[in-house]
Amino acid sequence: MAQSEPVAALEAVEVDYPGRGRALGPFDLALAPGEIVALVGPSGCGKSTALRLLAGLESPTRGVVRRTPRRGETAVVFQAPTLAPWMSAQANVALPLELAGVAAGVARDQARDALARVGLAQATDARPAQLSGGMAMRASLARALVTRPRLLLLDEPFAALDEITRRALADDLLAIWDEARPAIVFVTHNVEEAVYMAGRVVVMSAGPGRSAGETTIAAPVPRPAAFRTTPAFRDAAETISARLAQAMGARA
Amino acid sequence: MLHTPEYLLPTPSAVAAALVENAGPLTASAGRTLVMALEALVAAAAFAGLLALGVSLSRTLDRAIRPLAVGLQVTPVVAIAPLFVIWSGVDHPERAIVALAAIVAFFPIFSGAVRGLGSPDPDLARLFQLYEATPAQTLLRLRLPSALPFIVEGAKVASGLAIIGAVVAEFVAGSGGAQGLAWRILEAGNRLQTAKMFAAILALALMAAGVHVAFQALERRALVWWRGR
Repeated sequence: MAQSEPVAALEAVEVDYPGRGRALGPFDLALAPGEIVALVGPSGCGKSTALRLLAGLESPTRGVVRRTPRRGETAVVFQAPTLAPWMSAQANVALPLELAGVAAGVARDQARDALARVGLAQATDARPAQLSGGMAMRASLARALVTRPRLLLLDEPFAALDEITRRALADDLLAIWDEARPAIVFVTHNVEEAVYMAGRVVVMSAGPGRSAGETTIAAPVPRPAAFRTTPAFRDAAETISARLAQAMGARA
Repeated sequence: MLHTPEYLLPTPSAVAAALVENAGPLTASAGRTLVMALEALVAAAAFAGLLALGVSLSRTLDRAIRPLAVGLQVTPVVAIAPLFVIWSGVDHPERAIVALAAIVAFFPIFSGAVRGLGSPDPDLARLFQLYEATPAQTLLRLRLPSALPFIVEGAKVASGLAIIGAVVAEFVAGSGGAQGLAWRILEAGNRLQTAKMFAAILALALMAAGVHVAFQALERRALVWWRGR
């Protein structure tokens, strides 16, 4: 069976910041095409740094970052929606396409489609200030998906939202993933969210972050109804929580 | 009642009478001062904008220009005014007045623009980097729009300073060539027409207040448009 090349990989990367010491590493992570990986770890363990390395926004101090996505094939979603307040939702979503040189009219149409896919067809002309937290995050997701990325990186995207909205967006994201199957790396504090979203959950130790173990979640994606009550889900959640507590230095 | 001489402290009714009696010339002079201040504001905005752009794009320019800009701000304009009056010539004091008012109005706009151009959300800047935006795209679609609130606030502060600059410069020039409100105050003072002085000062205060209110409203409108609510 042919070994497919990882979409992106971190090989023994270390990141040192001048004056702040080592933030991450040595750390390894390989991402297969279409795979969903969750990164869970304590604050300050370098999860966001790892994400920026995968995005190609930063270079490691040591180690190698391998990336196969070409220009425009990577997308990032941050914890804040990070929409430009002076543009409408539609203009915000069209921005990545326009920066890549796509004609304005075509970009606008594709932006409208992307907003419809995340359930915001009615809000195309709204400004970010007029959107609720959940709607703004959906718009941010639409912007990330409009270029049909091969690699989608999310840095605690639902952390600022209430539980019901988190669950709805988790299901929406998995449904959208099912259409184009990008590789996804999803950073979160929330262990249950990680188990729900990912096929593989990597726990990171306290800073400088290193891998403290991986758990594979063998269940179909998108998840079946009541997945959160299945024994497989609960076992995985408890294993990962214990590993995380150990990584944070508390008694398991 | 208090037996203060009329030339030291005129009664309010005397001031009101002077205001009504000289309404024509005072309004015309208020207009002259206002026009000079606005010309200075436009010149300052153009120069400050260009310089701020240069400073934000080039580290070398930044290190070269910042100390000069700060030096310009802290130098009292009354000290350099006589020089400008000589340079502009006896027959054209309004050139010196506009130039000096522009110098005074320069720094708030420059400082606001520099701050604004450096203010974009770092995560939004990362997205521009991710999508490999050109420096021109980043300037036009991220940094300039992000800078708008700061520039508008700087312009509002500068508008008040431009009026002060125009008045101070006209005092220093000491000639009636520009026919602004400062000259009216000087002229009345020279003749001990204190009520008329008060009237001119009142006219100046009203004009400055009007400009402030107008710019305040402009700022609010601009921010509502920018923010979307």
